Amino acid sequence: MSRRWITAATLLLSLAATAARADTLVVCTEASPDALNAALSTANTSFDVTEQIADRLVEMKVGGSEVVPGLAESWTISPDGLRYTFKLRHGVKWQSNAAFKPTRDFNADDVVFSFNRMLDKENPYYKVGGGNYPMFAALVQPNLKSVTKTGADTVVFELKSPLAPLLSTLSVQPFSISSAEYADAMLKKGTPDQLDLNPVGTGPFQLVQYQKDSLIRFRAFKQSWVVKGMPERAPRVDNLVFSITRDPSVRFARLQANECQVARYPNPADVPAMRKAKGVKLAESTIASVSYLALRTDKKPFDDVRVRRALAMAIDLKSLVDAVYQGTGTPAAALVSPALWSHNDSLKPRAYDPAGAKKLLAEAGYADGFSTDLWYIPVARAYMPNGQRAAEMIQADWAKIGVKAKLVTFEWGEYLRRVRLGEPDVAMSGGTWDYPDPSQMMLGLTCEMVNAGRNVPHWCNKEFSALVQKANVVTDPKERAKLYYDAQQVFYDQVPGINFADARAYVGMRDTVQGFKLHFFGGQPFGGVSLTK
Amino acid sequence: MLRYLLRRLALIVPTFVGVTLLSFMLIHLVPGDPIEIRFGEQAVTQEQLDALRHQYGYDQPLWRQFLRYEGEVMRGDLGKSVVTRDTVWSEFVTLFPATIELSVCALLFAVLLGMPMGVVAAVRRGSAFDYGLMGTAVTGASMPIFWWGLMMILVFSVGLGWTPVSGRIGDAFYVEPWSGFMLVDCHFSDDAGACASAWSHLVLPTIVLGTVPLATIARITRSSMLDVLNEDYIRTARAKGLATPRVVVVHALRNALIPVVTVLGLQVGALMGGAILTETIFSWPGIGHWLIDSIQRRDYPVLQGGTLLIAVLVIGVNLGVDVLYGFLNPRIRR
Repeated sequence: MSRRWITAATLLLSLAATAARADTLVVCTEASPDALNAALSTANTSFDVTEQIADRLVEMKVGGSEVVPGLAESWTISPDGLRYTFKLRHGVKWQSNAAFKPTRDFNADDVVFSFNRMLDKENPYYKVGGGNYPMFAALVQPNLKSVTKTGADTVVFELKSPLAPLLSTLSVQPFSISSAEYADAMLKKGTPDQLDLNPVGTGPFQLVQYQKDSLIRFRAFKQSWVVKGMPERAPRVDNLVFSITRDPSVRFARLQANECQVARYPNPADVPAMRKAKGVKLAESTIASVSYLALRTDKKPFDDVRVRRALAMAIDLKSLVDAVYQGTGTPAAALVSPALWSHNDSLKPRAYDPAGAKKLLAEAGYADGFSTDLWYIPVARAYMPNGQRAAEMIQADWAKIGVKAKLVTFEWGEYLRRVRLGEPDVAMSGGTWDYPDPSQMMLGLTCEMVNAGRNVPHWCNKEFSALVQKANVVTDPKERAKLYYDAQQVFYDQVPGINFADARAYVGMRDTVQGFKLHFFGGQPFGGVSLTK
Repeated sequence: MLRYLLRRLALIVPTFVGVTLLSFMLIHLVPGDPIEIRFGEQAVTQEQLDALRHQYGYDQPLWRQFLRYEGEVMRGDLGKSVVTRDTVWSEFVTLFPATIELSVCALLFAVLLGMPMGVVAAVRRGSAFDYGLMGTAVTGASMPIFWWGLMMILVFSVGLGWTPVSGRIGDAFYVEPWSGFMLVDCHFSDDAGACASAWSHLVLPTIVLGTVPLATIARITRSSMLDVLNEDYIRTARAKGLATPRVVVVHALRNALIPVVTVLGLQVGALMGGAILTETIFSWPGIGHWLIDSIQRRDYPVLQGGTLLIAVLVIGVNLGVDVLYGFLNPRIRR
């Protein structure tokens, strides 16, 4: 009798355990979003949500860094770079929910509302959600004068000063377009916060349910606008679920059990096992990131370029990248990642040459070496998976040329604060691009940013600054690419920082998943992704 | 009894004030800044960071921040999360049912298995069963939850495919959170099999979270039973010719339960600690998960409010246990 019960219970559990449905794509992701409207957030988890629901005036080519038309079919830029005129797409339908049924298609009012909500403090929606639009405040607001409608399908952005990366910036999720009609309806109902808590958009999926720390459920929006050459526009599954699974090992286990069909952000150490796992495949790509060891160029002995070059030559970069990135990175020499346009591919990592480094140090007057602190990041990042291991290897390499490095670190927030205040002489720095424009990381290394706390090496090079500032103003893509290309050469020659690696990102998925393309700027689209039975 | 109860209630006030002060101080003594962590490596200026710090009042002296916090707590306002801008209370209320559901199941698992095991071990003292059981109990009590959880997942979910890996219910099932308790809400789902899925998702987390209390309860029951079995009145009962099961269950177990009840009260605090790790491993959307996130993000209002609410719960349960203990053992009421 008892054996029969055990068999029945086991069968029941097994059935419940393997409840994968062909019409539902489950994505195991790492955390709850800060907000369901990316305009209020800086987190990728929020960008991922908005990416499914809403669209931007311009979009990014999935898996690339090219800006393509979105809700705007075309645009023109005035010769002085101060006026952007967008021609909007017709026949774009809005999603609905229990509280709102749209009566019209997308038009210029929606664009004006979406930007004025963040720009105009008198707008009734400015304070809703806290009145804090971090990405807009950091990237667009300083240059933006106004957003106005000049026709039902035409919108003009007037700038105070030219901002060449504007189009790339507008392609990320915090600049998604909300429905002005929905906003009005919610304001009249006395529930304006629903605009952010229960967002509607024009994207391929509509929000159905959000349970904090558990899941986000979407349903396909079949009326979503579709154009040729953009497969990500069309939903290919009926339901999409983001299943929040904090631990990467558990995400991998769930992938193996087919509880989720896509597992994001795997442990680098799990990547070899993922390659071998039955029924599992990997998508991989070089991400747009930068990581370097910043050297305080305004302090002795790092003010001497010979010292900086010697320190770079003394690091066995290949061994370091092999040990720290475990196959998820390749040694880097250029400031701009190969995943991004304007990458300077003529630059090669400096050869490991301790003897040459020692000679250079002697020339600079440091034949006996010197002592310094070396700050390493306390957290794992895609651009630097193990700061401590990297620091230990650099410490050992530098000891061979007489440079004694004392390793220092702090809790992450404290580390960021102290680095911003300019405390370290030698510190790990880096980041991942949010939008496909080299300016995001390059501007941080200009003279103007030394006192703003963003220029970690405190490097003020007039030539580099002039090139980057000019590239931030001119709107011709070819000219901009040439300026950034040259700026990377200056960085390489002057060594204010020693590059580590161009990191790679991985996503594990069941072999039934089709049409997935790894995207590394902002949110990952799941439109166009299907499941074979 | 009333005087005893009032005395216990009066002790709650200083405990409560102590908890608010301690949680506030500990959180602020840990290095880190919620605003810096929120922006990470992103390109923001010092002015933007300072403006946000001012908005949340983090630029004020610590003593002023504490007084403001105490004042807000007295008015029943636990503040808003720095990250989600949602109120701490509404987040707690949303997530707490998941933790209760898991903790109650784990406690039931521990009591329903631990007590009989302890009784049998005591009755068969010195036997292979006793040694085997107590050896297992010591192993269970010293098992790191994280390792134990991952092992269970690897064996039963990935290896054998008997149980789901993590979560509260299969992602394909749509369940509207009506009560917050999945075992209740699943009955209102249109999807057949939702409740079976909810039960199957509870199996591994219950075992993992219940292992340490189970070991503790088994050991306490055993030692308490051994004390009682040596008492004169048990010998008298046996001498009267009563059957062993009746002697053990009716005469011995009832008296042996008093220390077990005390341990049960203490286990609620331990369960909360264990729940934080168990929820992380099994992606269980309860307050453990929530608190871990808030620690990493230095979300001060969530950390302070969450700690305070858990403290209130533990204090409440311990008060309940004290009262129950007073009923069971009239001598301590004096």
